[in-house]
Amino acid sequence: MNPSQAASHEKIGERLIVYLIRFAGYLSIIYVSLICLFLLKEGAPALFNVPLSSLFGPFWYPIEGQFALWPLLLGSLTVTIGAALIAVPLGIGTAVYISEVAPRWAKEVLKPLVEILAGLPSVVLGFIGILVLSPFLRRLLGLPTGLTAFTGAVLLGWAAIPTIVSVAEDALNAVPRSYRDASYALGATQWQTIWAVTVPAARSGILTAIMLGIGRVIGETMAVMMVTGNAPVVPSGLRALFAPVRTMTATIAAEMGEVANGSQHYQVLFLIGILLFIFSLTINLTAFAISNRRLKRTERLLS
Amino acid sequence: MRKYWFLTLLLCTSLLSCMSGTSSGSAQIGSDGGALNSGYIQNKGSDTMVNLALAWAEQYQRLYPDVRVSVTGGGSGTGISALLNGTVDIANASRAIKPEEVELAQGNGFTPVEFVVARDAIGVIVNPANPVQKLTMQQIAQIYRGEISNWKQVGGEDRPVVRVSRETNSGTHVYFLEVVVRMGSKTDKSIFSPDTLLLPSSEGIIAEVSDNPNAIGYDGLGYITPQVKTVAVAADDQSPYVLPSVETVNAKTYPIARDLYMYTREQPRGAVKDYLDWIRSPEAQTIVRELGFIPN
Repeated sequence: MNPSQAASHEKIGERLIVYLIRFAGYLSIIYVSLICLFLLKEGAPALFNVPLSSLFGPFWYPIEGQFALWPLLLGSLTVTIGAALIAVPLGIGTAVYISEVAPRWAKEVLKPLVEILAGLPSVVLGFIGILVLSPFLRRLLGLPTGLTAFTGAVLLGWAAIPTIVSVAEDALNAVPRSYRDASYALGATQWQTIWAVTVPAARSGILTAIMLGIGRVIGETMAVMMVTGNAPVVPSGLRALFAPVRTMTATIAAEMGEVANGSQHYQVLFLIGILLFIFSLTINLTAFAISNRRLKRTERLLS
Repeated sequence: MRKYWFLTLLLCTSLLSCMSGTSSGSAQIGSDGGALNSGYIQNKGSDTMVNLALAWAEQYQRLYPDVRVSVTGGGSGTGISALLNGTVDIANASRAIKPEEVELAQGNGFTPVEFVVARDAIGVIVNPANPVQKLTMQQIAQIYRGEISNWKQVGGEDRPVVRVSRETNSGTHVYFLEVVVRMGSKTDKSIFSPDTLLLPSSEGIIAEVSDNPNAIGYDGLGYITPQVKTVAVAADDQSPYVLPSVETVNAKTYPIARDLYMYTREQPRGAVKDYLDWIRSPEAQTIVRELGFIPN
């Protein structure tokens, strides 16, 4: 085998690998667009076949042909916002502590422990919720029932914290040491350094962490179905946080098994799927936009 | 490369043919092959009936080791959907099949056959700490329609009522809607109060009612545990208050009782026929009584 032949072999092999990687990349795009198409194909007819008065009505009661989307949309929103309010401060606080404040040994214990928490299956979380958390909250807050949006929010906040901590901690770790040194050299305290230098420098990573956490909350199904009571009431006011709600994911999970293929109910469930898709797409796009804008500004400052 | 493509294709097609083969074809082995009492029966549906169906399946497989019966739950609606889609041989349902479902089936070219396999009473349950012992059907209907929202209106303590129900794909839910919430009237279009908690399982209902003194729930007699209190029910103001039991259901004095059904796609043959015949035999009906249901 002469050298030129070996070189051409190498070239073919290399090209093959490039093709394979490119194929894998395109494949994931194709998957997403196919899922999108499928959702649209199954769900969009609902807009024409189901009377709009039913879709925008006050009740979700599929066996009587009442498919109001409001209660489900607001239900998901209530649980998600509640969970974000719990998970974001706690998650970022934990990440900052692990990355910036904790001594080395604590860091080495805490991080793996938090990551183990991320591995808890959501059914187990739901079980804890239904047997421990919901009776506890009912007694503590004097509620009529413990199966409320708040119970779901606490549980999902708990589920989202490990994701947030893990990703945010990595982002904080990636901030160059020289940033902190410069800050200390200017006479800043540790708190000032964290608040004004490290966290802003890791902002895009922290935002990604928050978005991933919220993404987990929106998509969560099993735990939510077990603890939120699934009552399709339109939530109103702050009290709604302590009343039962029905989320979009729980509705799809509870009802998909029963519907006849192609019926109105089936199409409406897919329509809810489209809504969920739009929901998470919006969150991702917002996160992308915010983190991109930040990057440009820091670049400007640094140049 | 081409060889691998071919292999993958082969694998896919063989997988597909396996999948389509399991559901419908295998149950007929008994009749086609001549060897009765052998085959594979897929049985799915009502969660109320799942324990009963499992007990039957276990006993039957002990008697006829050549037959495999696989039982899954999911709800009556789920079972009937599966029957319509042709993925099961027998659907369990705690409610009669709906006219729309029969129409869908006829659209697919078959008419489902109905078998009444047992009866079931639905108990209305409250927390043991709740002093309410008895309710009329009218009162239960008003509670679930949202017209009564405090226990003191039906002789209890001053506490809010928390209504607990099964999900809408449950046959028990549909039966309760028709017989209790609408009081059996075909023209009444009232539905459950929107703040009714819809829980995905019988266990969830028992857990909530046994823990929460505000809660009222309902469940099949076979699922009611001593952790909750069963309420005596009167059909109307003049009737006596009756607790559910095998005797009161058979004497027709307990008002909330229903038939439990099994459906097949067509007149059953072979292994499926033998199984359904056995289920309606006195031997299988003793299992019904052991599990807290009412023999047919």
